[in-house]
Amino acid sequence: MTPLTGGARLPSTRWRRTEVVFWLALVAVYFLLPGYRTLGSQVLIAGLFALSLDLILGYARIVSLGHAAFFGVGAYTAGLLAHHGWGEPISGLVLAALAAAVLGFATSVLIVRGQDLTRLIITLGVGLLCYEIANRAAPITGGVDGLSDVTMWKLFGLFNFGIDGRTAYLYSLGVLFTVFCFARLIVNSPFGLALRGVREGERRMPALGISVSRQLVAVYTLAAGIAGIAGALLAQTTQFVGLDVLGFNRSAEILIMLVLGGAGYLYGGLLGAAIFMILQDRLANLSAAYWQFWLGALLVVIVLFARGGVLGELSAWRARHVARGARGGR
Amino acid sequence: MNRNIRWRQGLAAAACVLAFATAHAEGTVKLGLIGEFSGPFADYGGQIYAGMKAYMKVHGDTVAGKKIEIIQKDTTGPAPDVAKRLAQELVTRDNVDILVGFGLTPNAMAVAPVATETKKPMIIMNAATSIITTKSPYIARVSMTLPQNAQPMAQWAWKNGIKRVYILVSDYGPGLDAEAAFAKMFKSLGGTVVDSVHVPLKNPEVAPYIQRIKDAKPDAVFMFLPPGEQTIAFMKAYKERGLADAGIKVIATGDLTDESLLDAMGDPALGIVTSFHYSTAHDSPENKAFLKAYVEANGTKMRPNFMAVGGYDGMAAIYAALQKTKGSTDGDAFMAALKGLKIDSPRGMIMIDPETRDVVQTIYIRKVERVGGKLENVEFDKFPDQKDPGKQP
Amino acid sequence: MLGNFIGVLFDGIAYGALLFVIAIGLSITLGLMNLINLAHGAFAMLGGYVTVLAMSRLGVPFYGALLAAFVIAGGMGGVLERVLYRRLYRRPPLDQVLFTIGLVFMAMATTTYFFGPSQQPVRVPEYLAGQVRVLGRDFGAYRLFLIAVVAAIVVGLTLLIEKTRIGAQVRAAVDNRVAAEGLGIDVDRVFTLTFMLGSALAGLGGGLAIDVLGLDPVFPLKYMVYFLLVVAVGGAGSIGGTLTAALMLGIFDIAGKYYVPSMGSFIIYFLLIVLLVLFPRGLAGRRG
Repeated sequence: MTPLTGGARLPSTRWRRTEVVFWLALVAVYFLLPGYRTLGSQVLIAGLFALSLDLILGYARIVSLGHAAFFGVGAYTAGLLAHHGWGEPISGLVLAALAAAVLGFATSVLIVRGQDLTRLIITLGVGLLCYEIANRAAPITGGVDGLSDVTMWKLFGLFNFGIDGRTAYLYSLGVLFTVFCFARLIVNSPFGLALRGVREGERRMPALGISVSRQLVAVYTLAAGIAGIAGALLAQTTQFVGLDVLGFNRSAEILIMLVLGGAGYLYGGLLGAAIFMILQDRLANLSAAYWQFWLGALLVVIVLFARGGVLGELSAWRARHVARGARGGR
Repeated sequence: MNRNIRWRQGLAAAACVLAFATAHAEGTVKLGLIGEFSGPFADYGGQIYAGMKAYMKVHGDTVAGKKIEIIQKDTTGPAPDVAKRLAQELVTRDNVDILVGFGLTPNAMAVAPVATETKKPMIIMNAATSIITTKSPYIARVSMTLPQNAQPMAQWAWKNGIKRVYILVSDYGPGLDAEAAFAKMFKSLGGTVVDSVHVPLKNPEVAPYIQRIKDAKPDAVFMFLPPGEQTIAFMKAYKERGLADAGIKVIATGDLTDESLLDAMGDPALGIVTSFHYSTAHDSPENKAFLKAYVEANGTKMRPNFMAVGGYDGMAAIYAALQKTKGSTDGDAFMAALKGLKIDSPRGMIMIDPETRDVVQTIYIRKVERVGGKLENVEFDKFPDQKDPGKQP
Repeated sequence: MLGNFIGVLFDGIAYGALLFVIAIGLSITLGLMNLINLAHGAFAMLGGYVTVLAMSRLGVPFYGALLAAFVIAGGMGGVLERVLYRRLYRRPPLDQVLFTIGLVFMAMATTTYFFGPSQQPVRVPEYLAGQVRVLGRDFGAYRLFLIAVVAAIVVGLTLLIEKTRIGAQVRAAVDNRVAAEGLGIDVDRVFTLTFMLGSALAGLGGGLAIDVLGLDPVFPLKYMVYFLLVVAVGGAGSIGGTLTAALMLGIFDIAGKYYVPSMGSFIIYFLLIVLLVLFPRGLAGRRG
């Protein structure tokens, strides 16, 4: 369907020049904008979260309004580990990913059947349920007051998570890049191709001997695990877990970021997260109370005039330029 | 992707310009205001800021030779990750001297380590969970804590012949804190808590809870609900189901009859007895001055409430402390100046407890009455010098 | 406890009626036009503010204010359909979701700008505010009124859609647009009218619901889950399905909260998930 067919999909696994430049630019931000490292790290984390949503939305066409459930489970797993004395970051990430993936696997049963609206509501319901459970489990999670005293050990025993955001930025970038490479491999593997098949025509796949529901379960579980890593990163770099990690707002915002950037390209989420969060930061400073209006207007405009998000527009634009008369993009 | 790069460079350039523009000027004290200015809690930040502006309207923007400058930042709601990031940026980028604001507990809790690490004073102007001030030696609170308000209500109820109480609170941290503080005091005096029920935060229909209370026939129901549609719905249902006629009184902490909600609640609110640290109807010259300044600084679109007083008194504390330190914002000197500080607040005399850095104040018992066509919380009894019971053994 | 069963059942039905009035407009636009309109709550909020302002500033009586809510929300729906919504009909569901969430954000910010962030005072006529004694039992007057209104809406809508010419045109246009156009039906007009009906019902629902739900600028987002829930469980486009779902959810929720209050917040979510797993297309779902 519309935003999902585009020219930026990679037929081979070779890295393009623009991709290399993109990642180098992220490294450059660290040096060029030292005052913005914390914001930067949170953009990277949101980007990772959006990437996980891209796997199920962009590559399997599942619209989820409850993806924060996995982000939150990851955040609480990492947060609770550190709160109870195990502040080692990397193992925290791994355990958080596992916990979120388990929840993803368990709830995937609910979403493989059903149509868009049903999935939308079920994911929403699961998200709200998780929020309520964390609220009720206040003696463990801290409830609405949040989980504090999340004390992290030094990364690799060397780098402290300080308020200058140095470690937070580089750590987030390293994790994001690692997971991104992994996701890139996945979507270019036979499994990824099968997923695209599911996306383009769910009914045709069984004829090719591919079980649609097994594909969906696998990708949903994988996406949940990655969302868990993103949540854990936020918990570790903020050294605090608030109940809002499970909130509906987070699910809705991440969806907006992904679509803003463009779903189905892997890079869309990263770009969307950057645009959204920087815009929010700037607009909120200009007119704190009404930035919501401009966010809404932006969404409306994107849907009407920039189908496929920023990357969708870019690839359409390139398609028009590269091959005159070519009919890609739209 | 090239566009993206160019855009990032543009941003970098813009950032440099900004950094120069906000370079630390001599003779100013910068306050970083971290509050909720959008989303469902937008009035928290709005009220706090309005109160701060009211104070500056009266007392000017200069103290001890320093000009006071406020940098306002929006957390967008309960978002501790954003709050902490804003605090980091305010301290490292904007060279802020004091962190102020904080309508919601998680936002304050997440920022606490920043205050500790950078030795920046942090003034809590609203967030009401007891433990916040224990999270950093650089935190002081001028607003109130929930147990501080809930306990006197239990004492008053017992004194006035209420023996059996049904407790109804929202099912989240503050609600459970209020329940614990009230029940502990009420039971220690000899009262009976008939039953208690926890209402989900998202709960459009209150009828089943009101019916349970009616069936249990207590002398009174003690309530804690976050201000909003639920408080209104509860009071409507209370009236509709005839609980008052059945002799069941409503007692609550003052959040229930917050001035900003009274108009929306209307007549069903009449007669509710609450305990709170501030009422706009408080009769004192300081309060009159505050109300006048509030309107002058902010117009009449919002009705001032206790959060605005939190902002007002927060500024009063900062001004007084700066005078003591002769304009120095050194964390340790500033905190030393705050400890034991007394302020003539619109709510009466308040003090910053030298040991806990939490506020010590009079808690008033009030009843909702119609005064000159307007619903007001009219004070008729008081419990002076209340410390935060959440920190006492 | 069992002695209260009738009271609890009544409250449950009344809550179901409330859920029905706020969801039926969405059920119509979603079911008949295949449009996921998350901004449904914004139309309901518009109806709510019209009701409140008409009563408090213009002194319009309650029923007149409800009528105004119905008409103004419907008119607004008509305008927005012509200008914006019609571009979305052939778009994938995701586009519709995002576009309408965008509208919700704009509506919330605009409302805050004009009316401030606080709760609005909602007053219903005195005789609807108390309780009525029937056969030795007390029933909430406003709740009886809600149930009566829902009964009227159900009958009216069923007649409109099943029996009238315009109803037949809507069904034809939805089932096969090309054929309907071939038969000379002005499909554009039919869609505009249907959307206006959905919006008008949303406005009426808003006007009716605010006495229980309250009214502030966050209304469309706060109750979005409930609109969606009822429609998804009931099966979009089916009046009977929506009614059944609303009543089921209402009765279970109230009974659960009365008898097992410690499980209060979980009941509705469990019910939702179980029902949707059992009936992925809703209780009365007909289209895939």
